[in-house]
Amino acid sequence: MVEAGVGIIFWILTFVIIVSALLVVTLKNIFHSALFLILCLFAVAGIFILLHAEFLAAAQVLIYVGAVSILIIFAIMLTSNMASKKIIQTNQNALVAFFACLMFLVVTLVLINKTGVWNYSTRNLPAENILTIGKLLMTDFMLPFEVVSVLMLAAMIGAIVLAREDKA
Amino acid sequence: MILASVELIGVFRWLYGLLVELGLEEPWLSVVIYGLLSVTIFGVLCLIALFLVWWERKIAGHMQQRFGPMRNGWHGWYQTVMDALKLLQKEDIRVDTRDRAVFFWAPVICFVAAFLAYIVIPFGDGLIVADLNIGILYVIAITTFTVISLLMAGWGSNNKYALLGGMRSAAQVVSYEVPMVASILTVIVFSGSLSMVDISNSQQGNFIFNWFIFRPPFGIIAFLTYITAATAEANRTPFDIPEAEQELVAGYNIEYSGMKFAMFFLAEFVNMFTVSAIATTLFLGGWHGPLLPSWLWFIIKTLAIVLLLMIFRWTFPRLRVDQLMEFAWKFLVPLTFANLILAGWMKYAGWYW
Repeated sequence: MVEAGVGIIFWILTFVIIVSALLVVTLKNIFHSALFLILCLFAVAGIFILLHAEFLAAAQVLIYVGAVSILIIFAIMLTSNMASKKIIQTNQNALVAFFACLMFLVVTLVLINKTGVWNYSTRNLPAENILTIGKLLMTDFMLPFEVVSVLMLAAMIGAIVLAREDKA
Repeated sequence: MILASVELIGVFRWLYGLLVELGLEEPWLSVVIYGLLSVTIFGVLCLIALFLVWWERKIAGHMQQRFGPMRNGWHGWYQTVMDALKLLQKEDIRVDTRDRAVFFWAPVICFVAAFLAYIVIPFGDGLIVADLNIGILYVIAITTFTVISLLMAGWGSNNKYALLGGMRSAAQVVSYEVPMVASILTVIVFSGSLSMVDISNSQQGNFIFNWFIFRPPFGIIAFLTYITAATAEANRTPFDIPEAEQELVAGYNIEYSGMKFAMFFLAEFVNMFTVSAIATTLFLGGWHGPLLPSWLWFIIKTLAIVLLLMIFRWTFPRLRVDQLMEFAWKFLVPLTFANLILAGWMKYAGWYW
Protein backbone atom coordinates (compact mmCIF):
# COMPACT_ATOMS: atom_id res chain seq x y z
CA MET A 1 0.00 0.00 0.00
CA VAL A 2 2.81 2.40 0.89
CA GLU A 3 4.48 1.61 -2.43
CA ALA A 4 1.24 2.48 -4.21
CA GLY A 5 1.15 5.81 -2.38
CA VAL A 6 4.73 6.53 -3.43
CA GLY A 7 3.78 5.66 -7.00
CA ILE A 8 0.85 8.08 -6.98
CA ILE A 9 3.01 10.85 -5.57
CA PHE A 10 5.69 10.12 -8.15
CA TRP A 11 3.22 10.50 -11.02
CA ILE A 12 1.76 13.69 -9.57
CA LEU A 13 5.25 15.17 -9.25
CA THR A 14 6.21 14.08 -12.74
CA PHE A 15 3.06 15.66 -14.16
CA VAL A 16 3.80 18.91 -12.30
CA ILE A 17 7.41 18.93 -13.51
CA ILE A 18 6.54 18.34 -17.16
CA VAL A 19 3.62 20.77 -17.29
CA SER A 20 5.46 23.55 -15.47
CA ALA A 21 8.60 23.02 -17.58
CA LEU A 22 6.49 23.36 -20.73
CA LEU A 23 4.86 26.49 -19.34
CA VAL A 24 8.30 27.99 -18.61
CA VAL A 25 9.17 27.95 -22.30
CA THR A 26 5.74 28.70 -23.76
CA LEU A 27 4.25 31.42 -21.56
CA LYS A 28 4.31 34.97 -22.93
CA ASN A 29 4.78 36.66 -19.55
CA ILE A 30 8.38 36.19 -18.48
CA PHE A 31 7.60 36.69 -14.79
CA HIS A 32 5.10 33.84 -14.94
CA SER A 33 7.76 31.73 -16.63
CA ALA A 34 10.11 32.38 -13.73
CA LEU A 35 7.42 31.35 -11.23
CA PHE A 36 6.75 28.10 -13.09
CA LEU A 37 10.48 27.47 -13.16
CA ILE A 38 10.37 27.66 -9.36
CA LEU A 39 7.46 25.21 -9.26
CA CYS A 40 9.34 22.84 -11.56
CA LEU A 41 12.50 22.92 -9.45
CA PHE A 42 10.46 22.45 -6.28
CA ALA A 43 8.77 19.37 -7.72
CA VAL A 44 12.20 17.97 -8.58
CA ALA A 45 13.06 18.37 -4.90
CA GLY A 46 9.95 16.28 -4.19
CA ILE A 47 11.36 13.51 -6.40
CA PHE A 48 14.57 13.61 -4.36
CA ILE A 49 12.52 13.20 -1.17
CA LEU A 50 10.85 10.14 -2.68
CA LEU A 51 14.32 8.71 -3.32
CA HIS A 52 15.25 9.28 0.35
CA ALA A 53 17.78 11.95 -0.61
CA GLU A 54 16.57 14.57 1.85
CA PHE A 55 19.83 16.48 1.85
CA LEU A 56 19.78 16.75 -1.92
CA ALA A 57 16.16 17.95 -1.79
CA ALA A 58 16.98 20.65 0.75
CA ALA A 59 20.02 21.72 -1.27
CA GLN A 60 17.90 21.81 -4.41
CA VAL A 61 15.33 24.09 -2.78
CA LEU A 62 17.98 26.21 -1.10
CA ILE A 63 20.15 26.75 -4.17
CA TYR A 64 17.73 26.66 -7.09
CA VAL A 65 14.59 28.09 -5.52
CA GLY A 66 16.20 30.23 -2.85
CA ALA A 67 19.11 31.65 -4.81
CA VAL A 68 19.01 31.11 -8.57
CA SER A 69 15.29 31.73 -9.11
CA ILE A 70 15.21 34.78 -6.88
CA LEU A 71 18.14 36.22 -8.83
CA ILE A 72 16.27 35.53 -12.07
CA ILE A 73 13.21 37.33 -10.70
CA PHE A 74 15.42 40.22 -9.63
CA ALA A 75 16.90 40.45 -13.10
CA ILE A 76 13.39 40.50 -14.58
CA MET A 77 12.20 43.17 -12.18
CA LEU A 78 15.27 45.36 -12.62
CA THR A 79 15.19 45.26 -16.41
CA SER A 80 12.99 48.12 -17.52
CA ASN A 81 9.90 47.20 -19.54
CA MET A 82 10.88 43.53 -19.49
CA ALA A 83 7.27 42.41 -19.22
CA SER A 84 5.65 45.11 -21.31
CA LYS A 85 3.41 43.91 -24.11
CA LYS A 86 5.44 45.75 -26.76
CA ILE A 87 8.49 43.58 -26.34
CA ILE A 88 8.39 40.30 -28.23
CA GLN A 89 8.89 37.49 -25.75
CA THR A 90 9.22 34.68 -28.26
CA ASN A 91 11.44 33.98 -31.22
CA GLN A 92 11.15 32.00 -34.44
CA ASN A 93 13.23 29.07 -33.31
CA ALA A 94 10.40 26.76 -32.27
CA LEU A 95 11.08 24.33 -35.10
CA VAL A 96 14.82 24.19 -34.41
CA ALA A 97 14.14 23.72 -30.71
CA PHE A 98 11.72 20.92 -31.46
CA PHE A 99 14.31 19.05 -33.51
CA ALA A 100 17.01 19.62 -30.92
CA CYS A 101 14.74 18.15 -28.23
CA LEU A 102 13.80 15.28 -30.53
CA MET A 103 17.48 14.48 -31.04
CA PHE A 104 18.08 14.55 -27.32
CA LEU A 105 15.13 12.20 -26.81
CA VAL A 106 16.39 9.79 -29.46
CA VAL A 107 19.91 9.77 -28.02
CA THR A 108 18.61 9.10 -24.50
CA LEU A 109 16.28 6.35 -25.72
CA VAL A 110 19.12 4.68 -27.60
CA LEU A 111 21.35 4.87 -24.54
CA ILE A 112 18.61 3.49 -22.27
CA ASN A 113 17.98 0.61 -24.66
CA LYS A 114 21.70 -0.18 -24.95
CA THR A 115 22.11 -0.43 -21.19
CA GLY A 116 20.24 -3.71 -21.01
CA VAL A 117 20.39 -4.78 -17.38
CA TRP A 118 20.19 -1.99 -14.81
CA ASN A 119 22.36 -2.45 -11.76
CA TYR A 120 20.70 -1.73 -8.46
CA SER A 121 22.73 -1.30 -5.33
CA THR A 122 21.43 -3.62 -2.66
CA ARG A 123 23.20 -1.77 0.12
CA ASN A 124 21.10 0.10 2.64
CA LEU A 125 21.34 3.84 3.06
CA PRO A 126 23.71 4.84 5.85
CA ALA A 127 21.73 6.19 8.78
CA GLU A 128 23.85 9.33 8.93
CA ASN A 129 24.00 10.03 5.23
CA ILE A 130 24.62 13.77 5.73
CA LEU A 131 27.75 12.99 7.75
CA THR A 132 28.95 10.75 4.95
CA ILE A 133 28.20 13.37 2.30
CA GLY A 134 30.03 16.00 4.33
CA LYS A 135 33.09 13.83 4.84
CA LEU A 136 33.25 12.88 1.16
CA LEU A 137 32.87 16.49 0.06
CA MET A 138 35.76 17.49 2.29
CA THR A 139 38.08 14.62 1.30
CA ASP A 140 37.59 12.68 -1.95
CA PHE A 141 35.55 15.29 -3.79
CA MET A 142 37.36 18.35 -2.48
CA LEU A 143 38.47 19.53 -5.91
CA PRO A 144 35.06 19.50 -7.68
CA PHE A 145 33.54 21.12 -4.61
CA GLU A 146 36.04 23.98 -4.73
CA VAL A 147 35.80 24.31 -8.51
CA VAL A 148 32.04 24.89 -8.16
CA SER A 149 32.67 27.79 -5.82
CA VAL A 150 35.28 29.25 -8.18
CA LEU A 151 32.67 29.05 -10.94
CA MET A 152 30.15 30.90 -8.76
CA LEU A 153 32.75 33.55 -7.99
CA ALA A 154 33.52 33.98 -11.67
CA ALA A 155 29.80 34.39 -12.43
CA MET A 156 29.46 36.96 -9.68
CA ILE A 157 32.47 39.01 -10.83
CA GLY A 158 31.18 38.81 -14.39
CA ALA A 159 27.80 40.15 -13.31
CA ILE A 160 29.42 43.02 -11.44
CA VAL A 161 31.63 43.91 -14.41
CA LEU A 162 28.64 43.87 -16.76
CA ALA A 163 26.38 45.84 -14.44
CA ARG A 164 28.89 48.51 -13.38
CA GLU A 165 28.63 51.81 -15.12
CA ASP A 166 31.85 53.45 -16.20
CA LYS A 167 32.59 56.40 -13.99
CA ALA A 168 34.64 58.13 -16.68
CA MET B 1 10.43 5.50 5.31
CA ILE B 2 10.08 9.15 6.22
CA LEU B 3 6.53 8.67 7.42
CA ALA B 4 7.56 5.98 9.88
CA SER B 5 10.03 8.26 11.63
CA VAL B 6 7.25 10.34 13.12
CA GLU B 7 7.21 10.96 16.83
CA LEU B 8 3.59 10.55 17.78
CA ILE B 9 2.68 12.12 21.05
CA GLY B 10 0.06 11.93 23.74
CA VAL B 11 -3.38 12.32 22.31
CA PHE B 12 -2.13 11.41 18.84
CA ARG B 13 -0.64 8.16 20.07
CA TRP B 14 -4.03 7.38 21.63
CA LEU B 15 -5.80 8.32 18.41
CA TYR B 16 -3.35 6.21 16.45
CA GLY B 17 -4.22 3.19 18.58
CA LEU B 18 -7.92 3.88 18.13
CA LEU B 19 -7.60 4.09 14.35
CA VAL B 20 -5.57 0.88 14.24
CA GLU B 21 -8.33 -0.85 16.23
CA LEU B 22 -10.89 0.46 13.78
CA GLY B 23 -8.96 -1.39 11.09
CA LEU B 24 -7.49 1.53 9.18
CA GLU B 25 -4.47 0.55 7.14
CA GLU B 26 -1.14 2.12 6.42
CA PRO B 27 -1.06 4.88 3.91
CA TRP B 28 -4.46 6.16 5.07
CA LEU B 29 -3.51 5.87 8.72
CA SER B 30 -0.55 8.19 8.15
CA VAL B 31 -2.68 10.51 6.03
CA VAL B 32 -5.31 10.85 8.77
CA ILE B 33 -2.80 11.27 11.60
CA TYR B 34 -0.69 13.80 9.70
CA GLY B 35 -3.79 15.67 8.64
CA LEU B 36 -4.90 16.00 12.25
CA LEU B 37 -1.40 17.01 13.34
CA SER B 38 -1.27 19.70 10.67
CA VAL B 39 -4.67 21.07 11.65
CA THR B 40 -3.65 21.15 15.32
CA ILE B 41 -0.38 22.96 14.64
CA PHE B 42 -2.14 25.35 12.29
CA GLY B 43 -4.75 26.18 14.91
CA VAL B 44 -2.24 26.64 17.70
CA LEU B 45 -0.06 28.87 15.55
CA CYS B 46 -2.99 31.02 14.49
CA LEU B 47 -3.80 31.53 18.17
CA ILE B 48 -0.15 32.32 18.90
CA ALA B 49 -0.08 34.84 16.05
CA LEU B 50 -3.23 36.52 17.34
CA PHE B 51 -1.73 36.62 20.82
CA LEU B 52 1.52 38.09 19.50
CA VAL B 53 -0.32 40.87 17.67
CA TRP B 54 -2.10 41.78 20.91
CA TRP B 55 1.13 41.53 22.90
CA GLU B 56 2.99 43.71 20.44
CA ARG B 57 0.30 46.39 20.68
CA LYS B 58 0.34 46.26 24.47
CA ILE B 59 4.12 46.54 24.60
CA ALA B 60 4.11 49.37 22.07
CA GLY B 61 1.47 51.11 24.13
CA HIS B 62 3.23 50.77 27.43
CA MET B 63 6.57 51.82 25.97
CA GLN B 64 4.90 54.97 24.68
CA GLN B 65 3.17 55.67 28.01
CA ARG B 66 -0.30 54.65 26.90
CA PHE B 67 -2.34 51.51 27.46
CA GLY B 68 -2.83 50.06 23.99
CA PRO B 69 -6.06 48.14 23.34
CA MET B 70 -8.26 48.20 26.45
CA ARG B 71 -11.86 47.86 25.29
CA ASN B 72 -12.46 44.19 24.52
CA GLY B 73 -12.17 42.10 27.66
CA TRP B 74 -9.50 42.37 30.34
CA HIS B 75 -6.84 44.73 28.95
CA GLY B 76 -8.32 44.14 25.52
CA TRP B 77 -7.33 40.49 25.36
CA TYR B 78 -9.70 39.57 22.56
CA GLN B 79 -9.11 42.71 20.53
CA THR B 80 -7.12 40.84 17.86
CA VAL B 81 -9.77 38.12 17.59
CA MET B 82 -12.27 40.84 16.81
CA ASP B 83 -9.83 42.41 14.34
CA ALA B 84 -9.43 39.09 12.57
CA LEU B 85 -13.21 38.64 12.37
CA LYS B 86 -13.54 42.14 11.00
CA LEU B 87 -10.89 41.49 8.35
CA LEU B 88 -12.71 38.29 7.37
CA GLN B 89 -15.89 40.21 6.63
CA LYS B 90 -14.21 43.06 4.76
CA GLU B 91 -14.62 43.60 1.09
CA ASP B 92 -11.71 42.22 -0.89
CA ILE B 93 -10.65 45.21 -2.97
CA ARG B 94 -8.65 44.31 -6.05
CA VAL B 95 -7.03 46.59 -8.58
CA ASP B 96 -8.13 46.07 -12.15
CA THR B 97 -4.63 46.06 -13.57
CA ARG B 98 -3.33 43.42 -11.21
CA ASP B 99 -1.68 40.24 -12.41
CA ARG B 100 -4.58 38.02 -11.41
CA ALA B 101 -2.96 34.68 -10.61
CA VAL B 102 0.18 36.16 -9.06
CA PHE B 103 -1.85 38.57 -6.95
CA PHE B 104 -3.99 35.71 -5.65
CA TRP B 105 -1.22 33.22 -4.92
CA ALA B 106 1.23 35.58 -3.20
CA PRO B 107 -0.55 35.69 0.20
CA VAL B 108 -1.30 31.97 -0.01
CA ILE B 109 2.35 31.06 -0.53
CA CYS B 110 3.44 33.48 2.19
CA PHE B 111 0.98 31.95 4.64
CA VAL B 112 1.81 28.33 3.80
CA ALA B 113 5.58 28.91 3.85
CA ALA B 114 5.28 30.47 7.30
CA PHE B 115 3.66 27.31 8.67
CA LEU B 116 5.75 24.70 6.86
CA ALA B 117 8.76 25.28 9.09
CA TYR B 118 6.87 23.88 12.08
CA ILE B 119 7.21 20.31 10.80
CA VAL B 120 10.66 20.10 12.36
CA ILE B 121 10.40 22.43 15.35
CA PRO B 122 10.40 20.49 18.64
CA PHE B 123 7.92 22.09 21.03
CA GLY B 124 8.91 19.74 23.81
CA ASP B 125 10.23 16.31 24.61
CA GLY B 126 8.88 14.30 21.66
CA LEU B 127 6.53 17.11 20.64
CA ILE B 128 7.67 17.19 17.04
CA VAL B 129 5.88 16.27 13.84
CA ALA B 130 8.85 14.71 12.08
CA ASP B 131 12.45 14.64 13.23
CA LEU B 132 13.97 14.98 9.75
CA ASN B 133 17.69 14.35 9.69
CA ILE B 134 18.10 17.55 7.66
CA GLY B 135 16.17 19.48 10.33
CA ILE B 136 17.50 23.01 10.37
CA LEU B 137 18.50 22.87 6.69
CA TYR B 138 14.87 22.16 5.85
CA VAL B 139 13.77 25.26 7.76
CA ILE B 140 16.32 27.42 5.95
CA ALA B 141 15.24 25.99 2.60
CA ILE B 142 11.50 26.28 3.11
CA THR B 143 11.56 29.84 4.41
CA THR B 144 12.94 31.04 1.06
CA PHE B 145 9.38 30.76 -0.23
CA THR B 146 8.55 33.79 1.88
CA VAL B 147 10.90 35.87 -0.27
CA ILE B 148 9.25 34.58 -3.43
CA SER B 149 5.81 35.44 -2.07
CA LEU B 150 6.95 38.99 -1.29
CA LEU B 151 8.30 39.39 -4.81
CA MET B 152 5.06 37.97 -6.19
CA ALA B 153 3.00 40.40 -4.10
CA GLY B 154 5.12 43.29 -5.31
CA TRP B 155 4.82 42.27 -8.93
CA GLY B 156 1.21 41.15 -8.88
CA SER B 157 -0.08 44.42 -7.45
CA ASN B 158 1.11 46.28 -10.56
CA ASN B 159 2.01 49.26 -8.43
CA LYS B 160 5.42 50.85 -8.32
CA TYR B 161 5.39 51.26 -4.54
CA ALA B 162 4.48 47.64 -4.02
CA LEU B 163 7.15 46.58 -6.51
CA LEU B 164 9.79 48.68 -4.76
CA GLY B 165 8.69 47.35 -1.39
CA GLY B 166 8.85 43.77 -2.59
CA MET B 167 12.31 44.22 -4.07
CA ARG B 168 13.67 45.97 -1.03
CA SER B 169 12.39 43.21 1.18
CA ALA B 170 13.75 40.44 -1.03
CA ALA B 171 17.16 42.10 -1.26
CA GLN B 172 17.23 42.41 2.50
CA VAL B 173 16.16 38.86 3.26
CA VAL B 174 18.59 37.38 0.73
CA SER B 175 21.45 39.44 2.17
CA TYR B 176 20.74 38.60 5.79
CA GLU B 177 20.31 34.93 5.02
CA VAL B 178 24.08 34.64 4.58
CA PRO B 179 25.08 35.71 8.14
CA MET B 180 22.08 33.84 9.55
CA VAL B 181 23.11 30.56 7.96
CA ALA B 182 26.73 31.13 8.98
CA SER B 183 25.74 31.58 12.63
CA ILE B 184 23.47 28.53 12.45
CA LEU B 185 26.44 26.60 11.05
CA THR B 186 28.42 27.47 14.18
CA VAL B 187 25.80 25.63 16.21
CA ILE B 188 25.93 22.70 13.80
CA VAL B 189 29.69 22.57 14.33
CA PHE B 190 29.06 22.39 18.10
CA SER B 191 26.37 19.73 17.92
CA GLY B 192 27.58 17.74 14.92
CA SER B 193 24.04 17.21 13.67
CA LEU B 194 21.39 18.97 11.60
CA SER B 195 18.46 17.32 13.36
CA MET B 196 16.57 19.70 15.67
CA VAL B 197 16.11 16.96 18.27
CA ASP B 198 19.81 16.08 18.29
CA ILE B 199 20.76 19.76 18.55
CA SER B 200 18.44 20.15 21.55
CA ASN B 201 19.68 16.98 23.17
CA SER B 202 23.33 17.95 22.87
CA GLN B 203 22.58 20.95 25.12
CA GLN B 204 21.10 18.78 27.85
CA GLY B 205 22.24 18.68 31.47
CA ASN B 206 24.60 20.71 33.70
CA PHE B 207 21.72 22.93 34.87
CA ILE B 208 21.58 25.44 32.00
CA PHE B 209 25.28 25.84 31.27
CA ASN B 210 25.36 23.33 28.44
CA TRP B 211 23.31 25.65 26.27
CA PHE B 212 25.24 26.75 23.21
CA ILE B 213 24.81 30.40 24.15
CA PHE B 214 27.06 29.71 27.15
CA ARG B 215 30.01 28.67 25.02
CA PRO B 216 32.12 31.78 25.00
CA PRO B 217 33.12 33.37 22.82
CA PHE B 218 31.75 31.66 19.72
CA GLY B 219 28.37 30.63 21.09
CA ILE B 220 27.48 34.08 22.28
CA ILE B 221 28.74 35.77 19.09
CA ALA B 222 26.75 33.31 16.99
CA PHE B 223 23.67 34.00 19.11
CA LEU B 224 23.97 37.77 18.75
CA THR B 225 24.57 37.62 15.00
CA TYR B 226 21.69 35.17 14.63
CA ILE B 227 19.31 37.45 16.51
CA THR B 228 20.41 40.41 14.40
CA ALA B 229 19.99 38.52 11.15
CA ALA B 230 16.71 37.00 12.33
CA THR B 231 15.31 40.46 13.08
CA ALA B 232 16.10 41.35 9.49
CA GLU B 233 14.65 38.08 8.22
CA ALA B 234 11.41 38.71 10.06
CA ASN B 235 11.33 42.22 8.55
CA ARG B 236 11.21 43.98 11.87
CA THR B 237 12.61 47.31 13.03
CA PRO B 238 15.47 48.33 12.91
CA PHE B 239 15.45 46.37 9.65
CA ASP B 240 11.85 46.91 8.55
CA ILE B 241 12.82 48.42 5.21
CA PRO B 242 10.11 46.47 3.31
CA GLU B 243 7.29 48.30 5.00
CA ALA B 244 8.94 51.39 6.34
CA GLU B 245 5.81 53.39 7.05
CA GLN B 246 7.45 56.76 6.68
CA GLU B 247 9.30 56.00 3.45
CA LEU B 248 7.11 53.69 1.44
CA VAL B 249 3.35 53.86 1.41
CA ALA B 250 3.11 50.42 2.92
CA GLY B 251 5.51 48.18 1.05
CA TYR B 252 4.65 45.02 -0.84
CA ASN B 253 1.20 44.66 0.75
CA ILE B 254 -0.13 48.08 -0.24
CA GLU B 255 -2.79 46.79 -2.64
CA TYR B 256 -3.99 44.03 -0.36
CA SER B 257 -7.08 44.31 1.76
CA GLY B 258 -9.39 42.14 3.83
CA MET B 259 -8.36 38.54 4.39
CA LYS B 260 -5.45 38.65 1.96
CA PHE B 261 -3.86 41.43 3.99
CA ALA B 262 -4.58 39.48 7.17
CA MET B 263 -2.72 36.50 5.74
CA PHE B 264 0.42 38.58 5.19
CA PHE B 265 0.02 40.10 8.60
CA LEU B 266 -0.42 36.80 10.44
CA ALA B 267 2.40 35.19 8.44
CA GLU B 268 4.68 37.97 9.61
CA PHE B 269 3.96 37.21 13.25
CA VAL B 270 4.24 33.47 12.67
CA ASN B 271 7.65 34.14 11.09
CA MET B 272 8.69 36.07 14.15
CA PHE B 273 7.69 33.13 16.32
CA THR B 274 9.58 30.79 13.96
CA VAL B 275 12.88 32.65 14.21
CA SER B 276 12.48 32.80 17.99
CA ALA B 277 11.72 29.09 18.18
CA ILE B 278 14.81 28.34 16.11
CA ALA B 279 16.92 30.58 18.35
CA THR B 280 15.54 28.68 21.34
CA THR B 281 16.35 25.31 19.82
CA LEU B 282 19.80 26.27 18.61
CA PHE B 283 21.12 28.44 21.41
CA LEU B 284 18.92 28.16 24.49
CA GLY B 285 18.76 24.41 24.88
CA GLY B 286 15.41 23.84 23.21
CA TRP B 287 12.95 22.24 25.59
CA HIS B 288 15.61 21.31 28.16
CA GLY B 289 15.53 23.02 31.52
CA PRO B 290 15.21 22.22 35.19
CA LEU B 291 11.90 21.60 37.06
CA LEU B 292 9.25 22.81 34.61
CA PRO B 293 7.72 20.56 31.91
CA SER B 294 9.50 20.62 28.58
CA TRP B 295 6.83 22.35 26.47
CA LEU B 296 6.53 25.11 29.05
CA TRP B 297 10.28 25.71 28.93
CA PHE B 298 10.13 25.91 25.17
CA ILE B 299 7.27 28.42 25.18
CA ILE B 300 8.91 30.54 27.90
CA LYS B 301 12.23 30.74 26.09
CA THR B 302 10.62 31.43 22.73
CA LEU B 303 8.40 34.16 24.12
CA ALA B 304 11.43 35.70 25.83
CA ILE B 305 13.13 36.02 22.43
CA VAL B 306 9.90 37.38 20.94
CA LEU B 307 9.83 39.96 23.71
CA LEU B 308 13.40 40.91 22.85
CA LEU B 309 12.45 41.39 19.20
CA MET B 310 9.46 43.50 20.23
CA ILE B 311 11.58 45.69 22.46
CA PHE B 312 13.99 46.14 19.52
CA ARG B 313 11.11 47.34 17.41
CA TRP B 314 10.03 50.07 19.76
CA THR B 315 13.46 51.30 20.81
CA PHE B 316 15.70 51.35 17.73
CA PRO B 317 15.49 53.75 14.80
CA ARG B 318 15.34 52.28 11.32
CA LEU B 319 18.48 51.82 9.24
CA ARG B 320 18.76 53.38 5.82
CA VAL B 321 18.85 50.96 2.87
CA ASP B 322 22.54 51.47 2.15
CA GLN B 323 23.43 51.22 5.85
CA LEU B 324 21.40 48.04 6.05
CA MET B 325 23.27 46.42 3.17
CA GLU B 326 26.64 47.63 4.41
CA PHE B 327 25.92 46.25 7.85
CA ALA B 328 25.06 42.86 6.41
CA TRP B 329 27.89 42.46 3.93
CA LYS B 330 30.72 44.43 5.51
CA PHE B 331 30.18 43.63 9.16
CA LEU B 332 27.96 40.60 9.80
CA VAL B 333 29.23 38.35 7.00
CA PRO B 334 32.95 38.63 7.86
CA LEU B 335 32.19 38.36 11.58
CA THR B 336 30.05 35.24 11.28
CA PHE B 337 32.47 33.54 8.93
CA ALA B 338 35.45 34.27 11.19
CA ASN B 339 33.39 33.00 14.10
CA LEU B 340 32.49 29.84 12.21
CA ILE B 341 36.08 29.10 11.18
CA LEU B 342 37.43 29.69 14.71
CA ALA B 343 34.66 27.59 16.26
CA GLY B 344 35.43 24.78 13.84
CA TRP B 345 39.11 25.01 14.64
CA MET B 346 38.42 24.91 18.38
CA LYS B 347 36.17 21.90 17.94
CA TYR B 348 38.82 20.18 15.84
CA ALA B 349 41.47 20.97 18.42
CA GLY B 350 39.21 19.38 21.04
CA TRP B 351 38.73 22.43 23.24
CA TYR B 352 35.03 21.85 23.40
CA TRP B 353 33.35 18.86 24.95
